[in-house]
Amino acid sequence: MAKRPIPTEFIVERDKDKCIACQVCVRMCSNDVHIYDADTNIVTNDNSKCVGCHFCETLCPTDAITIKKNESSFKPNANWSASVISDITKQAETGGVILTGMGCDKPYTIYWDHILLNASQVTNPSIDPLREPMELRRYIGRKPDKIELNYNKGKIKLKTKLEKQLKLAVPIMFSAMSYGSISLNTCASLAKASHELGIFYNTGEGGLHKSLYKYGKNTIIQIASGRFGVHPDYLKAGAAIEIKIGQGAKPGIGGHLPGEKVSEEISETRMIPEGTDAISPAPHHDIYSIEDLRQLIYALKEATDYEKPVGVKIAAVHNVVPIASGIARAGADYIAIDGMRGGTGAAPKVIRDNVGIPIEFAIAAVDARLREEGIRTNVSLIAAGGFRSSGDIIKAIALGADAVYVATSALIALGCSQCQKCYTGKCNWGIATQDPYLTKRLNPEIGVQRLKNLIRAWSLEIKDMLGGMGINSIDSLCGNRTHLRGIGLLDRELEILGIKSAGEPQ
Amino acid sequence: MKRIRIDEKYCMGCRLCEVHCIVQHSKTKNILKTYMEEYPKPATRILVEEKGYVTFALQCRHCEDAPCLDACMTGAMYRDKKTGAVLCNEDKCVGCWMCIMTCPFGVISRSPDKKSIASKCDLCMGEDVPVCVKNCPNEALKYEDSKD
Amino acid sequence: MKTLKTEYLITGNSSAGVACIEGIREIDKAGNITVVSDENIFNYSRPLISYLLGNRVKKKNMFFRSRNFYDENKVNLVLDNKAKKLDVKRKIVYFANSQSIKFDKLLIATGGSPIIPEIKGSQLNGVFTFTTFNDAVAIKDYIKKHTVKHAVVIGGGLIGLKAVEALVELGIKISIIELADRILSTTFDTKASGIIQNALKKTGCNIFTKNTVVEILSEDKENKAKLVTLKTREKIQADLVITAIGVRPNIQLVNNTSIVTHRGILVDETMQTNVKDIYAAGDVCEADTLLDEDKKNIPIWPNAFKQGRIAGENMAGGNAVYTGSVAMNSVELCGIPTISIGKTSLEQDKYEILEMRKKEESVYKKIVLENNHIVGCIFVGNIERAGIYTGLIMNKIDISSIKDRLLENDFGVLALPEKYRKHLVGDVGLEV
Repeated sequence: MAKRPIPTEFIVERDKDKCIACQVCVRMCSNDVHIYDADTNIVTNDNSKCVGCHFCETLCPTDAITIKKNESSFKPNANWSASVISDITKQAETGGVILTGMGCDKPYTIYWDHILLNASQVTNPSIDPLREPMELRRYIGRKPDKIELNYNKGKIKLKTKLEKQLKLAVPIMFSAMSYGSISLNTCASLAKASHELGIFYNTGEGGLHKSLYKYGKNTIIQIASGRFGVHPDYLKAGAAIEIKIGQGAKPGIGGHLPGEKVSEEISETRMIPEGTDAISPAPHHDIYSIEDLRQLIYALKEATDYEKPVGVKIAAVHNVVPIASGIARAGADYIAIDGMRGGTGAAPKVIRDNVGIPIEFAIAAVDARLREEGIRTNVSLIAAGGFRSSGDIIKAIALGADAVYVATSALIALGCSQCQKCYTGKCNWGIATQDPYLTKRLNPEIGVQRLKNLIRAWSLEIKDMLGGMGINSIDSLCGNRTHLRGIGLLDRELEILGIKSAGEPQ
Repeated sequence: MKRIRIDEKYCMGCRLCEVHCIVQHSKTKNILKTYMEEYPKPATRILVEEKGYVTFALQCRHCEDAPCLDACMTGAMYRDKKTGAVLCNEDKCVGCWMCIMTCPFGVISRSPDKKSIASKCDLCMGEDVPVCVKNCPNEALKYEDSKD
Repeated sequence: MKTLKTEYLITGNSSAGVACIEGIREIDKAGNITVVSDENIFNYSRPLISYLLGNRVKKKNMFFRSRNFYDENKVNLVLDNKAKKLDVKRKIVYFANSQSIKFDKLLIATGGSPIIPEIKGSQLNGVFTFTTFNDAVAIKDYIKKHTVKHAVVIGGGLIGLKAVEALVELGIKISIIELADRILSTTFDTKASGIIQNALKKTGCNIFTKNTVVEILSEDKENKAKLVTLKTREKIQADLVITAIGVRPNIQLVNNTSIVTHRGILVDETMQTNVKDIYAAGDVCEADTLLDEDKKNIPIWPNAFKQGRIAGENMAGGNAVYTGSVAMNSVELCGIPTISIGKTSLEQDKYEILEMRKKEESVYKKIVLENNHIVGCIFVGNIERAGIYTGLIMNKIDISSIKDRLLENDFGVLALPEKYRKHLVGDVGLEV
């Protein structure tokens, strides 16, 4: 039988009047889409290989290239879309699991786009952020139930001993991306940017590269199920420790870094033999109950002399609320909840698109329950999973997050165009690859600047929105649902989010 | 004195620097006209060397002790007093290629568009920043004051 | 006449002389410099005379330093005056017009003169040497005044062939008479010579090797050259004869003095002769060589320039050192660019030879190695980046790690041994 090829996703349109055959695109495409014919001095392309990363389009000195979606496809069908037909064709061809990268791209409702913010008028004046100081500082860690003060000769001092806190200049941090899924240059950009911004980045499950120890004060080191790169220096290197139980993009399953991507440097950092697959098992094989988790949390605190906050990262799943409650009681200093839109370097497509729940519900429900149980101050809550703008962030904080983790946005700032081919290791932007020819393309000097720009821009917007709401401190917004209203949501959804509908009075 | 510093770590080997160098030294300075109508195109004065994944772009270093200045028998090679750059006066050059013979970096070439003239980096005299530096997409070329 | 006084006296105003001025002024901005030349042109580049003859460069563009150069550097330039006698003890030079100049430091940069062969009939009109501006002008005038259809060039070396090229441009039919078995015998090997020989033949030149001219004859009663007789008895038409069989250093000035000479004036690594405060540089001197034990006279423009500058710096109190000459030549013949550096035409066993030849494109590359060091190269047709090899020779770099890459098309700075690459590149440059 004739085998139908996998449909071509993108067409590379080349303007013949503008193409000067400089061959920059030919040289730079890691998927060998562009081909130069020396006899005719013409550049042509093999569209079937194009992944739509737009690198050639960006570099072309005469703007001769446009990447277009291939419209030539199957008869429009809401159920049997081109994507579905393509997937079935691939599986019939290979018998394998379809992999993908980045976060869920299905058109589930994005609840951020159905939540509206308030602004102050007349009765409660707004604040001008250019005239009044705006406090964006946050402290992540366990807060005491009450504090005692010492009064002595007119001076007030804090008597209660506080648990270790992480100080954030703004309530945004860079979420976990392992060295192995991303290049060292990308890690370096995140590390240095965090250092210069006064926030934190997360090592992910790949361990900490020796060249990045110098940014330890701005590093949250992660202990994942594979325990890659975990040794005493690693524990002492960071400012906080995070136990990774799950990840929003692929809850319930582990991770897999193929042997071809385990280079000498990765082997050294992860402490595994070069060329072997790095498999993170689904559960931590020493955590089978909440008591086991508590044991690990305190083992880590002991190992680091109680100097560092220890947090736990979980994926947002159906019973995220009781899980979070258990973790709060188990002695964690913070809980990071990763929603279904969270990104990944490689995951089975069917799991990425079908497992987990949106972070909007998860954070609202967990915040509400912890308050109900009177243990909200035991932990800080960090929300993660597809934050696209300062608007999303401020809504997350209003729903109950103390701070947010962003990762996909950070990578987009570094050039990522969401082609979802991270698992091939051929990222043209030098982000999701270990190929030394490709990793050169991410210049950390430029990367740091772009990340700083992004966070700075968002901080300014957050200040504007806070001022607009008549608030001058993020503290006052955390969990303050009165500033939110829903639009186009069902009653049940409004109830879970804990917000009123737009138009309802105070 | 400003010189071009090359950072091998971040050169991608795209050769956009070569493209812009050619355009800058062309008759029209227009990229489409240069590539489609000018024949032969001017030589690029910056050359990207490649070996495996190591790439970098190399051009005239405007050396303190320039061998080409000693070797030039027509006085065409001279040092610009203001910038300290080593330049070639094309009106005086006769194409004897003594400079090519003595340049240890091999960054001087025979100009394809003008008969028998030596072609080399002139720091884009007249521009505030050389075009290779301005157009490098990964900032692998920097225009900086030399340390001495 | 009263004896003039000057701090720095330079006899000679070509490459070495001018470089000496620059060398002195690096260190001593004020001391007075006097330059005396026996030619009547304020400045010109000798290698350009073949371009002048062939109408590729105009008379007014023959200079390699402008008139301003002498003013800006406060140089007292005396033209058309030949240095005749040197009194080493009293430090005085006596000139042809009875002028005498007392100096503190002297640079002898008198260059070389063509060897005049003893051929019967060489006193006839139309027989010229070809080393100076005036030679070129005289030949040009002769060609203008008389019908010159055929010319004979005696000597197939660099000077002879540059003359050939110029005459070909003027539409004259040329015969080249060379004593050795091939043209360019001192700089090229058989293969390289062969390529150029073929190219010359294509332009209509006749080449006679292992031969020489024994007589120049005139016709009728006129006093000008018309024919030459070869050793092999052939007679060739010759309306013009140019002799270019070699150049001899002009050491006459130091005859009957205590200054030691060999073929040229011997100098040490500071370019000083055996007499303190007297220096020599350029085609007249015999200096250290890079690749040999003994000193040699290697009359090449870049060497002369470097020697002159080092002499100047040392005369002004500096301590520059001359690391040694290497023979090197770059010349384009019949549209084929060629470069030869160092030892190129030996066939002994102790040298390892690497070769590459592309017959169709007249491309030939040869690298001569001794103990894993490059001691010579020839490039014909493709001279791209030849200077990289010059650098390897001059810096005496061990190339054993890259021997197999030396003839690759993309051989470049990246291929060089790492330590050398790092040394080569200064502070502002490659971070390699």
